[in-house]
Amino acid sequence: MAISRDEVLHVARLARLELTDDEVEKFTEQLSAILEAVAKVSELDLSDVEPTAHPLDIVNVWADDEPRPSLQAEEALANAPDRHDGFFKVPPA
Amino acid sequence: MSVETLRLKAEEASRLVESGEASAAELHAAYLAAIEERDGELNSYLRTVPEADGAGVPIAFKDVISSRGVETTAGSKILSGYVPVFDSTVAARCREAGLPLIGKTNMDEFAMGSSTENSAFGPTRNPWDPERVPGGSSGGSAAAVAAGLAPWALGSDTGGSVKQPASLCGIVGLRPTYGTVSRYGIVAFASSLDQIGPMTKTVRDNALLYRIVAGKDPNDTTTVDVPPVEIPEAEDLKGLRVGVPRELNEAEGIEPGVKQAVDRTIELCRELGAEVGETSLPRSVEYGLACYYLVAPAEASSNLARYDGVRYGLRVDGANVREMYEKTRDAGFGDEPKRRIMLGAYALSAGYYEAYYGQAQKVRTVIAREHAAAFESFDVLVSPTSPTVAFKIGEKAENPLAMYLSDVLTIPSNMAGLPGLSIPCGLSDGLPVGFQLIGPQFSENTLFRTGHALEQTIGFDYVPERLR
Amino acid sequence: MSWEPVIGLEIHIHLKTRTKMFCRCEVEYAAEPNSHTCPVCLAHPGSLPVPNEKAVEWTIKLGLALGCRIADRAIFHRKNYFYPDNPKGYQISQYDEPLCVDGRLVVPGPDGTTEVGIVRAHLEEDAAKNVHLGTAEGRIAGASATLVDFNRAGTPLVEIVTQPDIRSADAARRFLQLLRQTVVELGISDAEMEKGSLRFDVNVSVRPSGSDELRTRTELKNLNSFAFAARAIEREVQRQAEVYQSGGDVEQETLHFDPGAESAPPLRSKEEAQDYRYFPEPDLLPIEPPAELVEKMRGELHELPGARILRLAEGLDVGLAEDLVTSGRDALYERVPGDRRAVANVLMNQFAVSGVDPAAANADELGRLIDARSRIPRDRFTEALAKSGDPGFSADAYLGDGLVAETSELEPIVDRILEANPGQVESYRGGKEGLLGFFVGQVMRETQGKADPKVVNELLREKLSA
Repeated sequence: MAISRDEVLHVARLARLELTDDEVEKFTEQLSAILEAVAKVSELDLSDVEPTAHPLDIVNVWADDEPRPSLQAEEALANAPDRHDGFFKVPPA
Repeated sequence: MSVETLRLKAEEASRLVESGEASAAELHAAYLAAIEERDGELNSYLRTVPEADGAGVPIAFKDVISSRGVETTAGSKILSGYVPVFDSTVAARCREAGLPLIGKTNMDEFAMGSSTENSAFGPTRNPWDPERVPGGSSGGSAAAVAAGLAPWALGSDTGGSVKQPASLCGIVGLRPTYGTVSRYGIVAFASSLDQIGPMTKTVRDNALLYRIVAGKDPNDTTTVDVPPVEIPEAEDLKGLRVGVPRELNEAEGIEPGVKQAVDRTIELCRELGAEVGETSLPRSVEYGLACYYLVAPAEASSNLARYDGVRYGLRVDGANVREMYEKTRDAGFGDEPKRRIMLGAYALSAGYYEAYYGQAQKVRTVIAREHAAAFESFDVLVSPTSPTVAFKIGEKAENPLAMYLSDVLTIPSNMAGLPGLSIPCGLSDGLPVGFQLIGPQFSENTLFRTGHALEQTIGFDYVPERLR
Repeated sequence: MSWEPVIGLEIHIHLKTRTKMFCRCEVEYAAEPNSHTCPVCLAHPGSLPVPNEKAVEWTIKLGLALGCRIADRAIFHRKNYFYPDNPKGYQISQYDEPLCVDGRLVVPGPDGTTEVGIVRAHLEEDAAKNVHLGTAEGRIAGASATLVDFNRAGTPLVEIVTQPDIRSADAARRFLQLLRQTVVELGISDAEMEKGSLRFDVNVSVRPSGSDELRTRTELKNLNSFAFAARAIEREVQRQAEVYQSGGDVEQETLHFDPGAESAPPLRSKEEAQDYRYFPEPDLLPIEPPAELVEKMRGELHELPGARILRLAEGLDVGLAEDLVTSGRDALYERVPGDRRAVANVLMNQFAVSGVDPAAANADELGRLIDARSRIPRDRFTEALAKSGDPGFSADAYLGDGLVAETSELEPIVDRILEANPGQVESYRGGKEGLLGFFVGQVMRETQGKADPKVVNELLREKLSA
């Protein structure tokens, strides 16, 4: 197996995904197959090749430090699943 | 006046509105009526907008495109009910051009897929054969345009998600040069690959829509200025050098019927005055898929981290915030996003970065160089867009790797940030075959010119046979 | 066995730009919650970052002030982790290609200067603010919910990391003070701990004096003042030395201090090593600082506090020089003529308590005052200092009705006192030299304290020895 069950559990944790036992099994199998396929990239000796930073050759793109209107607090909170006064509310961290 | 939407091109619709023969509202209503009539079967739309807001030709948006005040789900439960408080740049530009929104179209969840079967809201069916997929991830937009439920539409393309469904549905789809159309307000999948592309019935319509949405955007620092867009007129290909990359045209899995239609079209290029020659992309096709399926999931694993139930979208409660994250994301994401998120996290994780993501970004450089070398002798490279015609719903759904292979021909040029246009070039077993034209960066005008000339000669009827 | 502390610092400074790092929401301290937000800093789907040019400029300026090399090419990286104050699920920061590297800050001190290496200074964005509901002081433990305010999310931060070159808690304190003052003088930050615009963590380890090994370090977090930090560092150094001394081993730990309860022992935790899965930010282009920009920033640098302390120390001592510079009185010191030590001492003591703004004080008049201070009664001197910032202030008023030092005026008075006290004169001449004080006192009483004691002393001695 290109990826073990433990490794799948590890990345699931990293990605905050709670998987059922069945899912862990299924994904371990599928991810293994995919990883084997993508590991193909390591066949090439690219030690003297630069990674592609960006498809375009541009640098230094930024904006002036000039304010633009913010959202009204109500707009900001419009899609909030839960709120308390003007805050977003979540279960304790 | 009742507008016949099945065959109506955007250019014609525009003429109708300008001459006063039909109002934008009437057009909009006609499309809504057609959707009412035909979309129950196809499920190309997720929702429609009741009132026409604009005086021009109505348009459909893939549900990955934010429009202020209109629910945007990216095909996922985790964004069910999410209503953007801002317009994407492409939506704003369409609005400024007066194009009323018809509705939001179905898609593979977070643009991850090649068949629109990964939508949380049911698959879309191919108007040419409803037992078959329309392609993906912009399947809803492709089906809507093909079935006369929109005169034109916008989709998004990361690994081929505009080109491939265009091919499977018999319409025209452009994946533009990376950086020519703003990604601001587009639900992100893979930041260094995502581009918004026009999906239309004709090449001229495609150029017209591209002209409306393309151009540098201060809200997206990865965008650049675009050369003036030329709406194609010429019907010959004199002076054009057409390259046929061996590896793209002889890849494993290309159906004989597809190969035939494509070879015929290559011959047509010669007849229209183009110089046609063979060329090679030695490693781009062989390593392209592997490269894409490392880079894209890696970026996606990070882009999808914001879906955590805190500020918008689905929330499933938990005793603490970590539990909430896990339950929300488990309930909200389908299998394909979960797979890609985990794959991506793995490829970026400590100890694996160099071998996977790092190496893939180097393969990308190799692919870009190979294409650049080919473009020293040719103006355009051609191949089939998809190795197959539309496959049956359910046929590849259980086998991720088999599904990934649908993109083997569209991915390589995408990795190099190059534009690609797919035009329908014929039928195989009654199903559309797509012809892919790839150009160097900023060569959209060449692609339009080539596509238009071929289109005029081929004379493909873009209305699905069963709907005529 | 003696142990030496090995201390390194990680400091976060909030740049006081008008807008945030990656969007143009205004930065405002203590505003209504979520009133300075937008799709970008709220991480709405499809939002994209646009860097703040001023923040880049100021980071370069700070790097130059810290003697750093400005990178030819710098990029942003994504640092991936989940927390409610981190809306994108990643922070845009810099990883292995930061803007500024390899600098140093020379920290003068009573035991000599400490050169503290600066590993790097990079640019990143701040997180939102979490408030933990359901407990008295908003502490994490036992909270029933967490409330999030995204006003602060996206504020530009510069992170500065030092080499572990600091060898005492006091040196750490002085480093922080000097860094803070440098940053404030550059005009790029208010660097106020109470407002959160300066935060720092400390890494502490110990090693046998004279060795160059690097042992396990502990991290001290959430220290809310330089003085508190110095004390905490001292305690931790002591603790670690004792652990080694008793044959044990120091464990890798993080100590979380409670800003509300100074004497409370810190919470200890072993933070699991986080895998941040850094990768280059695909939504942002690289920065290649143009040479003209770097030179422009270099040209804007004035003589920084550390350099001023070293320079002034040549005419004084380091302690006084440091005091003058850190209290913001060195500019005045350089303008006030007169004996260097005398001027320094007055500025740091009597002038300091006067509350007068050094920038407003009349340097020349102050010089005259200080020069004559032995002749001016204390309360008159204090009064004069208090007025030294007033427009048109002159020392005349205080020197004029100051001490009488004219011999011609004092001599008759001295003569009179001696004539009136022949018995004491005889005793003095007979050897009771302590009686000089009696005579001085008499003259002072006669003159209502206005006689210059020095002159009076001289005259008395002269006449008594005759």
